[in-house]
Amino acid sequence: MSMKTLLAAASLVAMAASAQAEVKIGMITTLSGGGASLGIDTRDGFMLAMEAAGRDDIEVIIEDDQRKPDVAVQLADKMIQSEKVDILTGIVWSNLAMAVVPAATAQGKFYLSTNAAPAMLAGKGCHPNYFSVSYQNDNLHEAAGAYAKSEGYTKPFIMAPNYPAGQDSLNGFKRFYGGELAGEVYTKLGQTDYAAEIAQIRASGADSIFFFLPGGMGISFLKQYADSGVELPVMGPAFSFDQAILQAVGEAAMGVKNGSNWSKDLDNAANAAFVSGFEKKYGRLPSLYASYGYDTANLLLSALETAEPSDAEAFRAALKAADFDSVRGKFSFDTNQHPIQDIYIREVIKEGEVYTNKIVATAIEDRSSAYVDECSMN
Amino acid sequence: MSPILLAEQVLNGLQSGVMLFLMAAGLTLIFGVMGLINLAHGSLYMIGAFAAAAVAGATGSFALALVAALAAAAAAGALIELVVIRRLYARDHLDQVLATFALILILSEGTRWLFGSFPLYLNMPPALSGTVSLPGGIVYPVYRLALIAVGIAVALGLWWLNARTRLGIRIRAGENDREMIAALGVDISKLYTLVFAIGAALAGLAGALVGAIQSVQVGMGEPVLILAFVVIVIGGIGSIKGALIGALLVGLTDTLGGVLLPELFKLFTDPATAAATGSAFASMAIYVLMAGVLIWRPTGLFGARA
Repeated sequence: MSMKTLLAAASLVAMAASAQAEVKIGMITTLSGGGASLGIDTRDGFMLAMEAAGRDDIEVIIEDDQRKPDVAVQLADKMIQSEKVDILTGIVWSNLAMAVVPAATAQGKFYLSTNAAPAMLAGKGCHPNYFSVSYQNDNLHEAAGAYAKSEGYTKPFIMAPNYPAGQDSLNGFKRFYGGELAGEVYTKLGQTDYAAEIAQIRASGADSIFFFLPGGMGISFLKQYADSGVELPVMGPAFSFDQAILQAVGEAAMGVKNGSNWSKDLDNAANAAFVSGFEKKYGRLPSLYASYGYDTANLLLSALETAEPSDAEAFRAALKAADFDSVRGKFSFDTNQHPIQDIYIREVIKEGEVYTNKIVATAIEDRSSAYVDECSMN
Repeated sequence: MSPILLAEQVLNGLQSGVMLFLMAAGLTLIFGVMGLINLAHGSLYMIGAFAAAAVAGATGSFALALVAALAAAAAAGALIELVVIRRLYARDHLDQVLATFALILILSEGTRWLFGSFPLYLNMPPALSGTVSLPGGIVYPVYRLALIAVGIAVALGLWWLNARTRLGIRIRAGENDREMIAALGVDISKLYTLVFAIGAALAGLAGALVGAIQSVQVGMGEPVLILAFVVIVIGGIGSIKGALIGALLVGLTDTLGGVLLPELFKLFTDPATAAATGSAFASMAIYVLMAGVLIWRPTGLFGARA
């Protein structure tokens, strides 16, 4: 055998080896339009962990879904059929997740959720290839409900947009609060003026307010509420009080209590490394979404240490073991492959010129999800 | 529901109506004079809000921020008219819709490129914050009362401009017969640029005023644009009076529908279901209103053209 053929054979073998080891991850997230800041943080958190791992055999393909379900479906098809990805991740919104996840898992792909975790996918629609790394949608609202009860509030006024996640939110709050309400209002999705609702709150004799208004809706509500002269304690899930949004709300958010499974002041080594690493690389404080992206990447990396996605059975077991250092500290999967974790109450504070959060209480310990019994993977 | 709460909700409806009027007036003026459907009107609203937030952030002055919003939106409007819109007057409405839709995408991504994806901070001036007690025991935010006053002032100003000035005569003449006034020696292209800039400035003003109590972010103009289209269809396309009446009708229907319909459903079912169903029906209310008006008057309340 001549030297030339030997070299050719060796390079062929090397190519085959690298082709085998190559893992392709498809990230579909929102990078343009109104919800872009959420997707950008998800991506940046995910890539921070990926780059720290320095594995050049993993390829991450990132695409922008523009927060549109049809675009997300097209991207997922393209990634599965022509790019041949092994794992999908990154979707922020529940309606997009419902459009993409069932089809992707049915085609044998793994899906790791960095945020959206609708009730359907935690219960009747659970799937062996679907993992939620973030939470189940109801969790953060449940924490606020538990907090309202522990604070002894007797007449909260509760409010959310009229769409599936909004209804899940109010149900989650009521599940752990369990008492009487001063009022229950569904607003329009995308509503920007809350004068009518604030007037109702003032007239209702409420002793506290719980609201779930993600994105710009929450900014509008808080600014208008702060100027309305109504001064009741305000609670909500973390989304409306997150790092990306707080600076736009400003003073109006001070003191608000919000339910969250992560906070930048959680005291563990992984979180300290994450917060300082993120700030160093991107020049801003990380948000909740960035922490989910970061945890998802680290879970994925831990599973890839022991198994290949091509061996679905082994890879699934490796994911399920959740053998990684979560920035949330304690982290394990329940039978429906959603996390069991502590959920905290944070308070909005000001550090120097920057608005941020600190943990003030643990609302629910070792919380799984309300739908785990409906899942057939028991 | 107490009379005080009802009165407060009527004020809320008026306030949302006059802000809609600022948007709808520009839209209807541009359609009336130039026959152009401008989908990018919502982007001008966004430009006004971003300009105001940037200037308020740099100088701390809300008055300067409003001036900046007017100037930036008018300048952007004039530029858009000169570069893009001018080529569209002779084309049919589908081409106009396509081109102005492209403008939405370009302006949105351009704004993101300049200001980033995170919402900006813009707050009302301290002098207008807080609440005031009105006769009858209504506690109402001062800023919203100021918005109502600004809206009424702009409506009066537009009426004066349209009915009492030479420019108004030209605008009305341009609506009726553009070839004829061109033949009479009026520089029609300059008139078009001016009208477009006035419409844009009104949208920018609305964006800045509303931005102070809402969230200043990319894409904030499109939901308002849809409502503004509903307003001009109800009021009659091209009529400023129609835009005012239509805007108040839409503002009041939207606000009161959202409050009263869930109350109505509570008579029949439990509060949780009533809240969800009532809210679902309330989001349809303005479209039902529009359909009703169109059945009664197919060209809108004050629409002249068939």
